[in-house]
Amino acid sequence: MADQEDGDRIARLLEAVPYCRHLGISGELQDVRVRLTMPFAPHLVGNPMLPALHGGVIGSLLESAAIAQVMFDLGPGSKPRPVDITVDYLRSGRAVTSYAQARIAKQGRRVVNVHAEMWQEDETKPIAALRGHFLITAPA
Amino acid sequence: MTPRQFLGHSLRVDSKPSFPLKHGVSQPRPSYAEIAARMAATAYIAGLKGEVIEAANGRARLRLPCGEHLIGNPETGVVHGGVITGCLDHCCGIAVASALRSPMPFATLDLRIDYMKAATPHVDLLFESECLKVTSEIAFARGLAYQAERDNPVAICTGTFMLIRGAPFPNLSDTGNG
Repeated sequence: MADQEDGDRIARLLEAVPYCRHLGISGELQDVRVRLTMPFAPHLVGNPMLPALHGGVIGSLLESAAIAQVMFDLGPGSKPRPVDITVDYLRSGRAVTSYAQARIAKQGRRVVNVHAEMWQEDETKPIAALRGHFLITAPA
Repeated sequence: MTPRQFLGHSLRVDSKPSFPLKHGVSQPRPSYAEIAARMAATAYIAGLKGEVIEAANGRARLRLPCGEHLIGNPETGVVHGGVITGCLDHCCGIAVASALRSPMPFATLDLRIDYMKAATPHVDLLFESECLKVTSEIAFARGLAYQAERDNPVAICTGTFMLIRGAPFPNLSDTGNG
């Protein structure tokens, strides 16, 4: 289903978003899921003692993963806009590369419910999870 | 309208002293100016070019001047939702820090954001938060993000923070928090 062209489109889409560039987020396709990657950088730190990623950085990566997955599944014309998001912080984000992936839990005509998870070295140990609703533009 | 009236709660600040240090001496309470400076120096917020404009008695205000690096939709110029999430998280964190009787580290447990309307492109964002309650383990905070009109917010949020009582708290020169 997914091919090289789709993968390139996702990468270009993220590259075009200034805030994702600011955070250093890139994306690739893994089968039918968009996987976002965010290497560690000093300007992502919220607590320099540990050092740990800022909660806002974690929320931003998760939200970007959710939007990227909705745009991949429903097309860029769906223009997903966040209505509400809830982020659960499960572990502290360490100074290493982070990954995030999302899936549509329920797709309605105007709203989609999306779940996203973020992890670092071990995919089975998520550091944060997001649930959110996004408004979409219904296909004509 | 003050944030207290908007949120309809009276402030409950920390009533529990932190654990005494080795020699039975509690750590001195940091000044609000120290809290503001510490929280503005956080790498992520400094990277966004955010400014802490108030940190006192469990209340905080943060300003984020508009900028190219905040944009989430290159076609419309609207800021990324993550920017609002990040600043609300941080603003709530400042409110919690300024409500504590003695300084201690804490971590965000969860954060819920409701996006009430799209932010107007190329306009500065303002954030306000207040800490509603501090228990022995958890602090509760709420906040809002707005642009021109405070009573027509871009987003509102609710967050809970886990307090790490008794943990060493570093000097201003070598930390921030988030």
